[in-house]
Amino acid sequence: MTDAAIEHVELVRRPVKRVLLGSVRELALVPAIAVLFVVGIFTSPAFFTTSNFSNTAQFSAALGMVVVAESIILLTGSFDLSLQSVYGLAPMIGAWLIVGKDAQGLGTKWNPAFGILVVVGIGAAVGLFNGFMIVKLKFNAFIFTLAMLILLAGLQQGIVSGRTIYEMPPSFIYLGGAYWGGFPVSAWVTSAVFLAAGLFMRYHRTGRAIYAIGGNLEAARAAGIKVDRIRIGVFTVAGMLAAIAGLMIAGQVVAVTANQGNNLIFTVFAAAVIGGIALEGGRGRMIGAFTGVVLLGLVNNVLVLRNTSTFWIDAANGAIILIALGLARVVALVRT
Amino acid sequence: MTHGPEPDAAEAEAIWKSFGSTKALQDVSVSVRPGECHALVGRNGAGKSTLVAILTGLLRPDRGTVRMYGEPAPGLGDRGAWQKRVACVYQRSMVIPSLSVGENIFLNRAEGSLVRWRELRRQARGLVLEWGFDLDVDQPAAELSVEQKQIVEIARALGIGARFLILDEPTASLESRAIERLFERLRRVKASGVAILYISHHLEEIYEICDRATVLRDGRQIVSAPVEELDHERLVAAMVGGELARTMRDHPAVATEAGDVRLRVRSLSAQTPLGPVENVSFTVRSGESVGLFGLRGSGAATIADAIVGLAKPSAGTIETDGGVGYVPEDRHSRGFVPTLGVEENLTLSVLGRLSRFGLISGARRRATAEAMTARLQIVASGGGQLLSELSGGNQQKVVVGRALVAEPSVLVVLSPTVGVDVASKEALLGVVDRARVDGAAVLLVSDDLDELRICTRVLVVRRGTVVRELLEPPWDRLELISAAEGLEAA
Repeated sequence: MTDAAIEHVELVRRPVKRVLLGSVRELALVPAIAVLFVVGIFTSPAFFTTSNFSNTAQFSAALGMVVVAESIILLTGSFDLSLQSVYGLAPMIGAWLIVGKDAQGLGTKWNPAFGILVVVGIGAAVGLFNGFMIVKLKFNAFIFTLAMLILLAGLQQGIVSGRTIYEMPPSFIYLGGAYWGGFPVSAWVTSAVFLAAGLFMRYHRTGRAIYAIGGNLEAARAAGIKVDRIRIGVFTVAGMLAAIAGLMIAGQVVAVTANQGNNLIFTVFAAAVIGGIALEGGRGRMIGAFTGVVLLGLVNNVLVLRNTSTFWIDAANGAIILIALGLARVVALVRT
Repeated sequence: MTHGPEPDAAEAEAIWKSFGSTKALQDVSVSVRPGECHALVGRNGAGKSTLVAILTGLLRPDRGTVRMYGEPAPGLGDRGAWQKRVACVYQRSMVIPSLSVGENIFLNRAEGSLVRWRELRRQARGLVLEWGFDLDVDQPAAELSVEQKQIVEIARALGIGARFLILDEPTASLESRAIERLFERLRRVKASGVAILYISHHLEEIYEICDRATVLRDGRQIVSAPVEELDHERLVAAMVGGELARTMRDHPAVATEAGDVRLRVRSLSAQTPLGPVENVSFTVRSGESVGLFGLRGSGAATIADAIVGLAKPSAGTIETDGGVGYVPEDRHSRGFVPTLGVEENLTLSVLGRLSRFGLISGARRRATAEAMTARLQIVASGGGQLLSELSGGNQQKVVVGRALVAEPSVLVVLSPTVGVDVASKEALLGVVDRARVDGAAVLLVSDDLDELRICTRVLVVRRGTVVRELLEPPWDRLELISAAEGLEAA
């Protein structure tokens, strides 16, 4: 068709109904978040305060970063359980190389900037390795990343003999501890990463290719998409994001424990899935995953403000996740 | 069709290709002219897939050359160059359900790194309007019918600028009206100079839409000629090598003495996605083959599902005398377990009979499976060969065998020969007919007129009710189709 002919094609607006229907999956959690707000306000006068939101945001920032990482892998139709170990091991090794022996370090006392580079580099290396083994050598993602999870968590325990690294230099904990404009840097950064990831997935051709790969891998390959390269790249980027998230949490608690990251991956999957990221790949948006993180953060916040016993918080979290999944299912049924 | 100085859209010359000791193609030459629809015909394993792979740049021929519009074909690795020249619409859908129609059409086609959505939607709309396709570019592809998904794939190919289309069994899962519409679209596409290589098992389609035909058999080119010069007999003979061509065709089912009623359906009503059914009654006797002829969505498939217990009737009764054997329409999802072997697949439904206290007798199972393998002439390396490794025709034989192994008194068969080659089709229909002669009551649900020739009686289903009963073969094609479509002959 000539360009002139194209000029005459009038563009019909997308019907509002269709735009809304397309977003139902993403917006399913908004009413639940609104309800939690109301519950929070009635629970405690401390809820609707800047400092409480600031704390909740800081609490959720590291989780959110890993949710972005897992979501982009899920969208390609795969997953990586070992992100939680990257989240623990990468900052552990970074800290280990820059602090002194008396603080459980190796004693090399590297420059902290170099330590941060090591953190991100480890994330990238583990991601690249996982991606290569799963995509090129066709290992099953579940069993391979489970083995990696166990191995890396073991390394994290082993190098410090189960002890905690503390007394880290200010630059190393800046990301997790500092504030910009009264809000934690980590919350700013995670929000920016969510926004960037959302725009990338919507407007960048590689983002669209990720959806195509997750939706129908053979069709994507037939359309000339470099399927293997993109899949491995996504694992690598996700590993880097998880490592940076680990650096965030280390800065927040001003320490790296030998258990950092334990059980995190379950919450990560929960946030992504209740936010509408399909486990089978190809469907879901970053805005949805974001609402998943916000919901889980608010639930935790409200439970803490209600003085719920810490021993009951996990049970409550599990129940909330089940309810959210039920809601998502209902929404899916309504759509069809 | 004028054959001017314009070069052929695609020209494969003296192609040879071997895989190990198997000679997949031996000295095959095919050309497709712009504006021509060229049929590629042959049984499964004749070399069609290999030729398509060579023409789409997925395989390199051992010898011979491929030219496209007069230029040598691009290198094997240059996918982009191949995509601009040729596009293949395969049987399995290459549409991505989670994306919109527009994005599917312009998949991976963004110029630069950012996708301009307004531009994409505008161009998709322009393309759809230009070719007269009935598509909403904003619709999620998950909501599309099989027919619409196929249009998306054709639009995608045309959007890239490919002027040579390969269609692999495009009508395999379309109902007859959708096939008509497809042909209309193809004629329009042809008229604008696009070349089409058309692969099909349905010979009547070739006469309807194609200009020339090439028949492959065992990797050799048996004939290439304009379709006017190829009568039905000659085409079938070229495909099967002569020996099998006339086993059944000239011997329609002979009504044996009908016995006792084995299946009685009374006032059946049911609602399923396959089409609602309202107040249907009929009987099938031992030694009878009753054909249920209806378009997709007519309710014929719903009746079958209700009889085998896969759909719940909202009213009415179904009585059967003895066991019911079932050959599902979609053999991939309901018919067999691809990860199990021939023997296990054949005996899945009779494990109870072959075992004692839950333990299966290997010897008895093997004997049962071997008897069935011989009876159906299933070609497999052994009882352990996985179903996923068999050809479509042999897979379908296993599905039919599994239905027969329990010696059912009622056999419900849905479109048993969809997507299988001519020889397998004859064999499958022969087996079903044999079961009838041996005393089973057969219900054959089909929209393929050719399958109905083994029936002793045909009921036409339209909009959930039986609208016509034909008692005397041979069946009048016009009468069947007009009854099924609701176009009563004046």
